[in-house]
Amino acid sequence: MEQALNVTMTVNGAQVTRSIPARQHLVDFLRDELGLTGSHIGCEHGVCGACTLRVNGEIVRGCLMLAVQADGCRVDTIEGLSDSKELEKLQKAFHEKNALQCGFCTPGMLMAAQDLIRSKKKATREEIRAHISGNYCRCTGYQAIVDAIEEAING
Amino acid sequence: MKAPSFAYAKPRSLAEAFDLAARPGAKLLAGGQSLIPALNLRLSSPELLVDITGLAGLSGIEILKGSVRVGALCTHTQIEQSADLRKHLPLVAEAVAHIAHPAIRNRGTLGGSLALADPAAELPACAVALEAVLTISSSRGERRVAAADFFKGLFETDLKPGEILAGAEFPKADKSVFLELARRQGDYAIVGLAGIARGSERRIAFFGIGAKPVLLKPKSLDEAKASLPTPVADLYHSASTKLHLARVLLERAWNRL
Amino acid sequence: MGKAELPLHAPGTQVDKGYIGQSVPRPNAQRLLQGRGAFTDDLRFPRLAHVAFFRSPYAHARIRKLSFENAVKSPGVIAVFDGPKVAEYCSPWVAVLAHLKGIKSPPQYAIAVDRACWQGEACAAVVAESRSQAEDAVQLIEAQWEELPVVVDMEESLRGDVVIHQDLKDNVCFKREHDTGGVDEVFASADVVVEETFHFGRHTGVCPEGRAIVADYNAAEHSLTVYHATQAPHMMQDIFSRHLNIPEANVRVIAKDIGGSYGIKVHVYADEMATAAISVILRRPVKFVADRLESFLSDIHAREHRARVRLACSKAGEILAFDLDDLTAIGPYSVYPRTSGIEGNQVVNLTGGPYKHQKYKARMHVVFTNKNVTCQYRAVGHPIAVALTEGIVDLAAQKLGMDPAEFRKINLVPDDAYPYTFPSGIKFEKLSHHKALDLLLRTMNYSQLRAEQSRLRNQKVYRGIGLAAMIEVTNPSPAFYGVGGARISAQDGATLRFEPTGMVTVMCSVTEQGQGTEGIFAQIAASAVGVSMDKVRVITGDTGVTPYGGGTWASRGAGIGGEAVLLAGRALRTNMLDVAAQILKLDKAELDIKDNNVINRLTSEPKLQLQELGRVAYFRPDTLPLDFQSELTVTRHYTPRQYGFTFTNGIQASLVEVDPDTGFVKLLKHWCVEDSGTVINPMLVDEQIRGGVVQGIGAALYEECLYGPDGQLLNGNMADYLVPMSGEMPDIVCAHIETPTLQSQLGAKGVGEAGTAGAPAAVMNAINDALAPLNARVTRMPFTPERILKALGKV
Repeated sequence: MEQALNVTMTVNGAQVTRSIPARQHLVDFLRDELGLTGSHIGCEHGVCGACTLRVNGEIVRGCLMLAVQADGCRVDTIEGLSDSKELEKLQKAFHEKNALQCGFCTPGMLMAAQDLIRSKKKATREEIRAHISGNYCRCTGYQAIVDAIEEAING
Repeated sequence: MKAPSFAYAKPRSLAEAFDLAARPGAKLLAGGQSLIPALNLRLSSPELLVDITGLAGLSGIEILKGSVRVGALCTHTQIEQSADLRKHLPLVAEAVAHIAHPAIRNRGTLGGSLALADPAAELPACAVALEAVLTISSSRGERRVAAADFFKGLFETDLKPGEILAGAEFPKADKSVFLELARRQGDYAIVGLAGIARGSERRIAFFGIGAKPVLLKPKSLDEAKASLPTPVADLYHSASTKLHLARVLLERAWNRL
Repeated sequence: MGKAELPLHAPGTQVDKGYIGQSVPRPNAQRLLQGRGAFTDDLRFPRLAHVAFFRSPYAHARIRKLSFENAVKSPGVIAVFDGPKVAEYCSPWVAVLAHLKGIKSPPQYAIAVDRACWQGEACAAVVAESRSQAEDAVQLIEAQWEELPVVVDMEESLRGDVVIHQDLKDNVCFKREHDTGGVDEVFASADVVVEETFHFGRHTGVCPEGRAIVADYNAAEHSLTVYHATQAPHMMQDIFSRHLNIPEANVRVIAKDIGGSYGIKVHVYADEMATAAISVILRRPVKFVADRLESFLSDIHAREHRARVRLACSKAGEILAFDLDDLTAIGPYSVYPRTSGIEGNQVVNLTGGPYKHQKYKARMHVVFTNKNVTCQYRAVGHPIAVALTEGIVDLAAQKLGMDPAEFRKINLVPDDAYPYTFPSGIKFEKLSHHKALDLLLRTMNYSQLRAEQSRLRNQKVYRGIGLAAMIEVTNPSPAFYGVGGARISAQDGATLRFEPTGMVTVMCSVTEQGQGTEGIFAQIAASAVGVSMDKVRVITGDTGVTPYGGGTWASRGAGIGGEAVLLAGRALRTNMLDVAAQILKLDKAELDIKDNNVINRLTSEPKLQLQELGRVAYFRPDTLPLDFQSELTVTRHYTPRQYGFTFTNGIQASLVEVDPDTGFVKLLKHWCVEDSGTVINPMLVDEQIRGGVVQGIGAALYEECLYGPDGQLLNGNMADYLVPMSGEMPDIVCAHIETPTLQSQLGAKGVGEAGTAGAPAAVMNAINDALAPLNARVTRMPFTPERILKALGKV
């Protein structure tokens, strides 16, 4: 039987403890163990950004972190940041500017965008494009996403 | 693709870490930004991952008189955001901004990048250009290795089983220039160079053209162009294309040194 | 006929369009924004088993022996299956259609039997408690192979020295010739003849969500429920039914949220059929999600063409004839059920499309290779046809020393020439090429850009402007597939149900993959019935709930599904007024519905709230006349009949800057003027176009599936296969012209694929325009720095 390790972390403000295999990455843990399916799996090699979520206040690729590495950490997912209303302004901008279509890249995109918003006062369109340059979207032309972030960040 | 199974341990002391790292099939895990994709893609099947991120004494950025010391566990983001490092070691500050994307820079470490020795990576070339000295710890104590001797070949370094890269000391430079050609922001470089000037000496280390950083110490631009070895082709670029691009970068870099 | 029954495009009448034409944010986007969507992989099932596939490492090999001894003992493994076993439950298929004369393909099995014909073809299936455990066991399968000769190169395949399927005698899946006659004479006597060979790199969809399917067989009922990320649930219902031998109505296909499809998810995949068969064998739910590596190996590829084209014109610049020789390489099987002959067929139909020449000759071959299978991918054939057409047109303009916009003005079909039959046989209802060109040139400030280009050239900065005019197939009739014998529906239906509280539920057979189908249906339904949009709910993608229909493909959702919703909405409104008239004891002709109320048609005075209408109709029908029955659920269907395809037109422009030292291309800006008839939601249409443009940019600059000489895919991961990311994309300006189709009341044509159809051509022409002073030209997509440097003679 595969070795099982105990892991305790705070997810969206609630402490959780599970016994899991070491090889399970953080997104699989959130999706399969906790039923938080808002974080998506797009490539599992860290390129597409669909799995972007927040650990200890920093955005990370959830597929490139073992769940056991998140032991003792604070994890925020799209569901948590939606319920806490932290993303409300950004989500409204996305909605009104039609910055999503299929929605698969959207949670990761919102995480990356919110990271920029939290770190800067203002940003140019180039800076916005650079900050989300690691989040793959195939449906939109990225432009509406840039428009939405521009509105949310510059007011 | 799900990773194959492996054991996992997170040592709380260096002594414990050395012991675990020396076990057969053991691999060190820090940021995991290169190792975990390799596991997910089933390109690698270690028996044991030794998570060294809990170890003390491997972080920190220290500005010294003639050099900057950076701990192996410093993340690329910490390096990028250090105002001190940007002031004293601009080459490295510029280089890390090219590494992948913010979410990856938040986890990826200096030590991880140097120890992996990816031929398209930025930091090994910076280390070679600046003549960095790497500190390696083991149960036998510490040893120091010059960057040029540390990088031996394709994904091959001087690290022995049971050893952990503790940090690197980068001597400062008078002038520096960092240039990289990539198809998209954050991609691995097609070719790139980390160049410095110290006094009358110029050191230009290329990445993306060979199994390890290629160092030139030219007196003139023409000499630099002529002394470039034949690059290794990749999926999209022939050796001839890479050579041409390397020369273009040399032309663009020269006047900044 | 009241205003409510007039077509939206009725001339000289004020038709109340309600929400139609407004940029309303999509209601169903809210859940996606909060990560609370329901993609197929998000769903949970009791006793769910997971399948992973053992895939052929060889491009062509006989399977001598498969040993599952160690795999079955691996922890968590439930079962391991080979091709013959799965074939007992799932019959093979042959992807041919009667109207593609002479098309041939061997039978394809759910899991390869006897032979693997491409690297990545599934040769065995492992079912386990978790995907991880299934993958562990896949590595324990032992196989003995007999390698067979591999055919990779399309010219080689056509020559046929090595024939992949011995029974078929050669490697030609399909070929087509078209000749108006008189072509050779025109070329012989024309003032100017230009010729060019274009190469298009094979590439693929890279949907953010991998292909996903959960098949759930209920042995007690002999029924199958499939949660499937598919664009065409009814088509799949029919296919699961026939190939798994389960009665049609016992099969229910449900498409939940889908993470992008672009045509990739409208085809039948062997591994998905195998998953369904395995559920039947094991009598429990079984899930398969293609991971990213599998996606590159087995999602359909598309667009690998070598096209040789000639254009003849007069020295005054009049195009006289086109001559095309197109060769395209597919995989070892034609893909089911739409066939892999359609893309090449489209290239023949569409080459030269916007122009008014009368003479045209074409030869096209579709050949098998031992690479991954290919089939329809967004814009199917258009990117090829538009690029080779617009490329050769620019070359002709260059030879004549004429401005490319001027050259097009001379040759575009005039706006008053319709209806019009094009030399390939396709028929246009009404297009607006000249209006579009004028709008484009004005919007982009063409002359100012040319002046700036000229100025910058003197400073050795090389900018290029590229134009691409295009026609596009939308709203297809049964002429596309049905006539060939495919059980693919070209009609769709919408059921609108009035709820007691005054809400309206819309159930429509067209599906949603993010383009906004459900949003526009809500807009149309609300407008047609007279309720506010917040009162409307839309259900799509469930064969157990919606009327029978075709789903989403070939840009048909708005034009066909939308029309069905409009018709049903108007019929529901009429029936509601019947009830209202009874309740109010007034003449129906005096009444209308607006903003959730029955109103006096003339004075707009509210007479009855809709929730009151609902209360009476559903709970107090005893208060209505004895012979009166409320019918507050209405279904209507729509089939486009008059035109085989409803063509749209558009024109794009790209502004680039090429660095002649590095071969890098910087995309400065992009424009698209599109005429897709009635625009239901401009905001949705714009970003659909932009998404399509960026996909086309991918084809032009970045994307190619690279195969080695032994048929190995060399770059099947997201680090090595390059897709467009935000950092390199330009802002894209969209403008619209609305020439409604008169075939429907809504007047909407399709628009989903327009961006992809024209962008590669525009970018190519822009690059070549930038390189022109340096006497360099590129014709092999994608235009990597190396290819540009080669053209410049620098490497």
